[in-house]
Amino acid sequence: MSGNEACAEGAITAGCRFFAGYPITPATEIMEVMARRMPEVGGVFLQCEDEISSIAAVLGAVLAGAKGMTATSGPGFSLMQENLGWAVMCEIPCVVVDCQRAGPSTGLPTRISQGDVMQCLWGRHGDNMIVALAPNTPQEMFDLTIRAFNIAETYRVPVILLADEEVAHIREKVEIPNHDELKLVWRRNPKVPPKEFLPFKPDSRGIPPPLPTFGAGYHFHFTGLSHDEKGYPIDDPEKHLELVRRLRDKIVNNSKAFTYFEKRDFHDSRIAVVSFGSVSRVALEAVIEAEKEGIPVNYLRLITIWPFPYDEVHKIASGVDYILVPELNVGQLVHSVTEAAKGKAQVVSLMGIARQFKPKEILDAIKKLL
Amino acid sequence: MGEKTCVIQPLRKYLREDRLPTVFCPGCGNGIIMNCTLRAIDELGINIDDIVFVSGIGCSGRIPGYINADSLHVTHGRAVAFATGIKLFNPDFEVIVFTGDGDSGAIGISHLVHAARRNIDINVISVNNLVYALTGSQTSPTTPVGAYTYTSPYGSVEGFFDLCELVTSAGASYVARWSTVQPQRIISSIIKGIQKKGFTYIEVISQCPTQFGRKNEMPDPKQLMDWFRERTVKLEVAKKLPPRKISGKLILGEFADRDRPEMANEYRKLIEGVQRGTIKLKRPQLDWLELSFRE
Repeated sequence: MSGNEACAEGAITAGCRFFAGYPITPATEIMEVMARRMPEVGGVFLQCEDEISSIAAVLGAVLAGAKGMTATSGPGFSLMQENLGWAVMCEIPCVVVDCQRAGPSTGLPTRISQGDVMQCLWGRHGDNMIVALAPNTPQEMFDLTIRAFNIAETYRVPVILLADEEVAHIREKVEIPNHDELKLVWRRNPKVPPKEFLPFKPDSRGIPPPLPTFGAGYHFHFTGLSHDEKGYPIDDPEKHLELVRRLRDKIVNNSKAFTYFEKRDFHDSRIAVVSFGSVSRVALEAVIEAEKEGIPVNYLRLITIWPFPYDEVHKIASGVDYILVPELNVGQLVHSVTEAAKGKAQVVSLMGIARQFKPKEILDAIKKLL
Repeated sequence: MGEKTCVIQPLRKYLREDRLPTVFCPGCGNGIIMNCTLRAIDELGINIDDIVFVSGIGCSGRIPGYINADSLHVTHGRAVAFATGIKLFNPDFEVIVFTGDGDSGAIGISHLVHAARRNIDINVISVNNLVYALTGSQTSPTTPVGAYTYTSPYGSVEGFFDLCELVTSAGASYVARWSTVQPQRIISSIIKGIQKKGFTYIEVISQCPTQFGRKNEMPDPKQLMDWFRERTVKLEVAKKLPPRKISGKLILGEFADRDRPEMANEYRKLIEGVQRGTIKLKRPQLDWLELSFRE
């Protein structure tokens, strides 16, 4: 199946029962599958008037008890940012798929890009951290969608599946695991009586209790305003700082649990390639080709790109002279790689835009560094 | 003299008492509208646990924060969109949205129109105070022509947006407009709205002495309420009057009261049909939906 179809099926497997979206290339197939599949599994599909209402409806449904998802591409992702910020602030679990296409603006709607890397991290106003996973196969579109739901529910955060046009449209074999073997995270209702329940009181890891559902008599109040542990608005800079810090730290401090990557190490290599998304498939081919030509090259593919795995990248930087970062943009993730390398290796950007790299282009870039 | 007695406001049980007093200015119409809403709920005897209150940004947006029920205070203009998700996923909830003329008539208008088109069973109560008040007096889509605000310092030259006519055309099941001087009308409309299976829009022209009154030589809330009385006309009366007699007056009344298919219910039927196999993919039953609601 295609990556988009796999993503939709992965969501259904994860327990997603509410999908709202707005048509946009190259993400539309996800909503087309959902339109057909949601009623079959007893869920709800809604085609909205825009992306703003798509994410809003998802968040409303999540509060009504659903696991919810929406899917879009760059322009729609921009429109969702304000409500995504609301979800960050109110700690509402949800999954947003961004099948990146070439921007800025309408750009080249049918062509690939990795241009939303920084939008994904910094798109919302105010300080916050987000979790983003970057799949590179339809199989991962399936698997990572399930993981995204689990992360969202565990940490009460929105999770971004940062796909791209190629991984969305490519057709490959996808193995659907046996449902009983899957670990899925479900919400538990609070055990304490309504008066004692504090929906925003963090545990020792900074994580609030699982999201409670409306209608249970708990009378929750969710507001985008700065709020206390009860959810009531506050106007206190000190407490606000505490809240903003916690919202960030609950992701960063617990990120080991969901930092996924793939690597190939050679002890004697002077060069490493760090990539993500569908570009990493081309990068791997180039690395294998280089190896055949007698050039050992380390390879690191980031699956979790936000929060950025500084330790992992620093480790790889410590063993080489150069890090090559091929990206389908004019240089976005390369900044974080540079930051993580802390001068241990020289970081070199390989830019591309609106079309996939050829293995030879990456191989040539590797050879240039020799 | 007999013993002193203390009368407790019977609706106080619905309030989050730990959050009082409210942030509303003295003389604000929000209190009247909140009171009318709670009275309607009380008269209907609905369990407060089954209601979800949703609001956007603006003075009206602060109302749900004082009601002891499940409540959401969301982004500017998007309350109806959040409410749509809640209602569609769980049609058993009674969903009440508090919004204002800026929140629903400007930034969030597309959601309002499309919710009316879908005729989804959400009750929207719009506090129309004719101005952006929370940000300190700027022109809203319903600011009357000639009114002064900080962004119409020479008097507004834009027109009043009749949101009731708009949602009526879009397909809402029940639409009414009253002013804060008619609390009984507001209460009975909210009761009707909650009972109605479909989208309901109840607009209440409300006084904002601080940001509208002071700028327009009516600093006293009573002056504004008198002005509402003087410059409004009931729909039934307006129909019988020649146009020159109603010129410059705002029409109040019930704009729509009809039964149409309601989306959450229709979708629930769809799920059941698909699961039972009675509804299949690509059934060729094209229809311009029913446009019969248009008179």
